[in-house]
Amino acid sequence: MEDKLLTLERQHMKPNVPPFGPGDTVRVHMRVAEGGRDRLQAFEGVVVARKGGGLRETFTVRRISHGVGVERTFPLHSPRVERIEILRKGRVRRAKLYYLREKIGKETRIREKR
Amino acid sequence: MPALLGRKLGMTQVFDRAGNIVPVTVVEAGPCVVVGLRTPEREGYAAVQLGLEPVPESRVPKPYRGVFQKRGLQPVRVVREVRLAPGETYEVGQALKADVFRGGDRVDVTGVSKGKGFAGTIKRHNFGGQRDSHGVSLMHRAVGSIGSSNVGRVFKGKRMPGRLGGERTTIRGLRVESVDPERNVLLIRGAVPGPRGSVVLVRHVEGGARA
Repeated sequence: MEDKLLTLERQHMKPNVPPFGPGDTVRVHMRVAEGGRDRLQAFEGVVVARKGGGLRETFTVRRISHGVGVERTFPLHSPRVERIEILRKGRVRRAKLYYLREKIGKETRIREKR
Repeated sequence: MPALLGRKLGMTQVFDRAGNIVPVTVVEAGPCVVVGLRTPEREGYAAVQLGLEPVPESRVPKPYRGVFQKRGLQPVRVVREVRLAPGETYEVGQALKADVFRGGDRVDVTGVSKGKGFAGTIKRHNFGGQRDSHGVSLMHRAVGSIGSSNVGRVFKGKRMPGRLGGERTTIRGLRVESVDPERNVLLIRGAVPGPRGSVVLVRHVEGGARA
């Protein structure tokens, strides 16, 4: 029964999501409705979490904007998420990087993979 | 007034055209078979009996088997009766699938709600409970007073703790978000009574998007 749900979800899922994970720096191109027409808006930062499964999967991107920490959570399969660009692969040792919230400046650096 | 018997597969979400998330319940719609008719001439009212999930004849009690043999049908696991609107006609043996509904239809969904066991008044009747502090002792989720000493008895129907759930429940006016005839599946916006895998009855509501 569960797989029937999953096959149904798969229909709505994006076929080619780039492989990225926590620690990676990404740029998310987001479709924003503005004054009757759509335009693309980018949000750049470090992926701190991927959550949920199937069609319901979301990911959270953290960045420091004007001195304040900002985290945005995107539904991975949302048609509004136009494109995800991977800028840098990070080497991290856990799945959720919530510890970054308590760190500032130098301490938020993430080692690059290889 | 189209109606269907189905099984609840579970909940998920889909995106609408604007990209908004819509929570939906996935219901596998049969296929159902019309196993019998109720006519005003014979029974005094008009209705159809819908059947869900065929079972082999050998797995069914003899009297039950006879009912289906007489009509030349395979026995089914579940039978439910649905009242007909005047002028509606069905035939015995007719198969009904998800395509009797269309996206945008309003439906009532009936099922047996999840059993919650013996529940207190906060969960069962939405009582407010008592304070967490200010001297309240061992009474935080308790019922409190159940009447006055002047009356000297408790009124009938006083809401108290007891068995909750596991009863027939109808959620009215839900919207059919979309229909997948290929998989024979309905996506209904919002929640529907019962656990995954339970039998639900989906009925079209007059005055919905489709007249």
